[in-house]
Amino acid sequence: MSSALDSRKAPTRQPVSRGWAATASVLRLRELPVLIALSVLVIVTYLINPLFLSAQGVKDLLLNATIIMILAVGQTLLIVTRNIDLSVGSILGLVAFGTGSIFAAMPNIPIIAVFGIGMAFGVVLGAVNGILVTVAKVPALVITLGTLYVFRGLNNAWAGGKQYFAGDRPDAFGGLSVDTFLGFPIITLVAVVVVIAVALYMSGTRAGRDLYAIGSDPEAAKAFGIKVSKRVLLAFLANGALAGLAGVLYASRFNSVGATTGTGMELTVIAAAVVGGVAIFGGSGSVTGAALGALLLTTITSSLTAVRVDKFWQQAIVGILILAAIIIDRLASLRTAKKLRISEARNV
Amino acid sequence: MSETTTPTSNAPAPEAPLTRSPSTTPWRKTRTAKLLASRDAITIYALVAFLIYASISIPRFASPVTTGFLLLDVIPVLLIAMPMTLIIITGEIDLSVASIAGLTSATMGVLWAGGMNIWLVLAVSVLVGVACGMFNGFLIAVLGLPSLAVTIGTLALFRGLALVTIGDNAVANFPKPLTAFFTSKLGATGIPTVMIGVLVVIIAFGVLLHFTPFGRGLFGMGYSKEAAAFVGIKVARSKFWLYVASGAVSALAGIFWTLRYTSARSDNATGLELAVIAAVLLGGVSIFGGKGSILGVLAGVLLIGSLNYALRLGRVSDVVLITVTGLLLILSVVAPSIGSAIRGWRHTRRVRRSTEP
Amino acid sequence: MMFDRKKSPRSSRLASLVAVTAVVSMALTACGGSGTPASSGEAAGGDATITFIPKQLNNPYTDVVLAGGKKGAKEAGFSSSNVVGPLEASASSQVSFINAETQAGTNVIVIAANDPDAVCTALGEARSAGAKIVAFDSDTKPECRDVFISQVVAKDVALIQTKLISEQIGGSGEIAILSATANATNQNEWIKFMEEELKSNPAYKDIKLVAKVYGDDNDTKSFQEAQGLMQAHPNLKGIISPTTVGIAATARYLSTSAYKGKVALTGLGLPNEMRPFVKDGTVKEFALWDPAQLGYVASFAGKALKDGKITGKAGDTFTAGELGERKVQDGGLVIVGPPTVFNAANIDKYNF
Repeated sequence: MSSALDSRKAPTRQPVSRGWAATASVLRLRELPVLIALSVLVIVTYLINPLFLSAQGVKDLLLNATIIMILAVGQTLLIVTRNIDLSVGSILGLVAFGTGSIFAAMPNIPIIAVFGIGMAFGVVLGAVNGILVTVAKVPALVITLGTLYVFRGLNNAWAGGKQYFAGDRPDAFGGLSVDTFLGFPIITLVAVVVVIAVALYMSGTRAGRDLYAIGSDPEAAKAFGIKVSKRVLLAFLANGALAGLAGVLYASRFNSVGATTGTGMELTVIAAAVVGGVAIFGGSGSVTGAALGALLLTTITSSLTAVRVDKFWQQAIVGILILAAIIIDRLASLRTAKKLRISEARNV
Repeated sequence: MSETTTPTSNAPAPEAPLTRSPSTTPWRKTRTAKLLASRDAITIYALVAFLIYASISIPRFASPVTTGFLLLDVIPVLLIAMPMTLIIITGEIDLSVASIAGLTSATMGVLWAGGMNIWLVLAVSVLVGVACGMFNGFLIAVLGLPSLAVTIGTLALFRGLALVTIGDNAVANFPKPLTAFFTSKLGATGIPTVMIGVLVVIIAFGVLLHFTPFGRGLFGMGYSKEAAAFVGIKVARSKFWLYVASGAVSALAGIFWTLRYTSARSDNATGLELAVIAAVLLGGVSIFGGKGSILGVLAGVLLIGSLNYALRLGRVSDVVLITVTGLLLILSVVAPSIGSAIRGWRHTRRVRRSTEP
Repeated sequence: MMFDRKKSPRSSRLASLVAVTAVVSMALTACGGSGTPASSGEAAGGDATITFIPKQLNNPYTDVVLAGGKKGAKEAGFSSSNVVGPLEASASSQVSFINAETQAGTNVIVIAANDPDAVCTALGEARSAGAKIVAFDSDTKPECRDVFISQVVAKDVALIQTKLISEQIGGSGEIAILSATANATNQNEWIKFMEEELKSNPAYKDIKLVAKVYGDDNDTKSFQEAQGLMQAHPNLKGIISPTTVGIAATARYLSTSAYKGKVALTGLGLPNEMRPFVKDGTVKEFALWDPAQLGYVASFAGKALKDGKITGKAGDTFTAGELGERKVQDGGLVIVGPPTVFNAANIDKYNF
């Protein structure tokens, strides 16, 4: 939420049009293939099985993407700075179980308070990652691989065999992932707001662009006076908050939360970001792309089921998509480099 | 000032001479002393200390039975850790290893159920691993794509192909003598017979890394790819063959897994890549590349393995185990950094004091 | 500087060594605390020990089974009972636990197998070291254990579910099955009986089984499989989910979608998990046995095996505490009791 607030202030500091122009140009470059793939997929599936785009079908598609979408946005903040968070699945699990516990202990707590507590919990866990990475100056890959185990261990120790079920939570809370507004499930609207807010923040504010600078060349960023550690730490906190939000939404949508909730989610999230055009070594990619990547990956699963293709193919197709995304990025950067060379040559 | 003493930058500070203390330098220069305090040596000490502690305090730990079960448990990690060490030393990574093992297992199951001769099945399975490795190697070494992203992709792809190959089925009726061989022990020592083969792999990778120009080249690539290419190391070719080796060894691990558990399934060895990487990093290999040794990794794998086994023997829940694994991993990388941060702070203070009038 | 730079890494490495050793010893102190007294007591008195290895820890159904098992172990006279097991229900994950128990000299190992074959070699080693093997909940290959404690007659479980679904969809239409893992021994056996019954019983001639999907006993995956079923089979009238995780996840999907009340759902579920769905009308009736009895009987069977009172051959009988006498049937099978059907009228009487 902190990022959402910041970005609302952003336009006053920065000309709005510039942010939009940047977004639009990035869209032309990188989100296009994902968008095309997504449209083709949806249309083809619809032609084979019209039920795919029934009201319930669309609702399911959006709901499926919601949680991964939010996680992919947080992950993008980190990946553009050359960091990564492998512990998101474990953070989500802890927060989801925490949400269950809160409702069990205080059934009448306002729902908005639960969101606050869940995100604050996520921020604390994100801070553990962020502080270890920035203070000890150890690669995030190693630290978050460690906290993936540690957080999961804590979740198991805390939950044990205890699980909280949808029935233990207020109907209004579960209703967030059932009720719709203008055809969109409410939790999906939350995700869309998050995507837009973070996208504006990334392209429209100084702090957002700093993240790209850090990812492109950390040494140069430092030389330009960007507070690298502070920005990276903030990215970890924001990612923690978003993973916390995703955890609360998970508890709203699914039936049970317990010791194993969210296991193995990290690779799907990173895959979503990569498919959405976020370069794994930082410096480029957008949260919009990552969100579209998440939508594409979850839609594939539904499409295959809807057209009754053997579900065993699903994972292989996800793998091929990831590889295709990396290769497309490579080709795009080669073309950009070539263009740059040509324009430089002309200038001489 | 504080910037120049961060662990990643080893450039000597200009004020260095001020703090030099000549009386204590000589012994530090000896090679043995250096070896005794190296990062991998620490893991070896920790392993030895742990084994002694466990033997004394856990009933039945000190027995050949432990040796047998413990080694059987760690063999897949031990095998894959070898090529992984070399790959991480060059500054790359391979996350697809466990999926290659799974694909190998699935292939074995389908071919054997289809009536192929078992030796031919094994040969084809290894070739499948080699092909997977070549695919990774092509994308990473030839096309120059980032290994982290590529192998996340192939992690999904190879596991997906395993599912496509064998689906939800499990094949279990492998020849009895063969499966029995994979759990047999060398006489009363408790050491599994297959350890001989594993040892050959370990020695091969150890010699390759530490005693050949190729191995020195890998360290060079880890320090600086450009510099390595400049002094004539064939960077792309070396990397390509490393991924092929990784694929082949992962296939061996997949074969071992299938025959030890007598069950060929698509989900075999799921998640093993994280265990391997954790063990390699614990063994003192730097994730940035350029640093590490086979001996340290061996100790890292055995440390996690024996900790694992000791906790199980003591009926401590796996919850403790995964938490401890995570903490060890974090500690092993953070402790030296915190040490050097404190050192940097102390150094700055001392420099300031000595330069102040 | 030379000195400074060279010496300090050593101190930091020492620090990391100290830290690492500290963590390790902390972990072991914990393990010494729980493990040592049990094994030393067993060594001194020669009392019997029993260890339960469920499919996975931290699963609500398993917890109920294990609570019954612990109670049974105490009443049957075991000096100590333990529960060990993997956090994830994968085929090979149980093996190292069996190995550790073998080495610990445990007298009776009670196991719910994730894969009937993968645990066999390890169980063989345990048996040659003198342990008795009781399979419960999900069987291993018959030659790898002494007895198998089955909830109920497998065929009865299957038949009650086909009967329930037939009643709920009015005897005709498309149905689907949402199971646990594709290799789960127990579920597969029930599904086999269901398929046979649907084919052979004329009362079910208008019911068509159109799909079998697997949610892997994972809440998220089961949820999405349920959702996929609806889309792939628009005419679906009912779903059978013979696993507690699957039925709860499916119920959650149905109750939050447009299919609530239109698609029938039955199967095997825990009353505590299913209560809200029965009350809101998503689920009319479902079945289950008392899971605690399963663990309870397993403990007594283990004790009888250990004492040499039974060997696991057909015709052996033993007393299972308050549940009375149980007889070993063909194939070393022991049946616990009949399944119960739960509905809105009786669900509040059960608490598991």
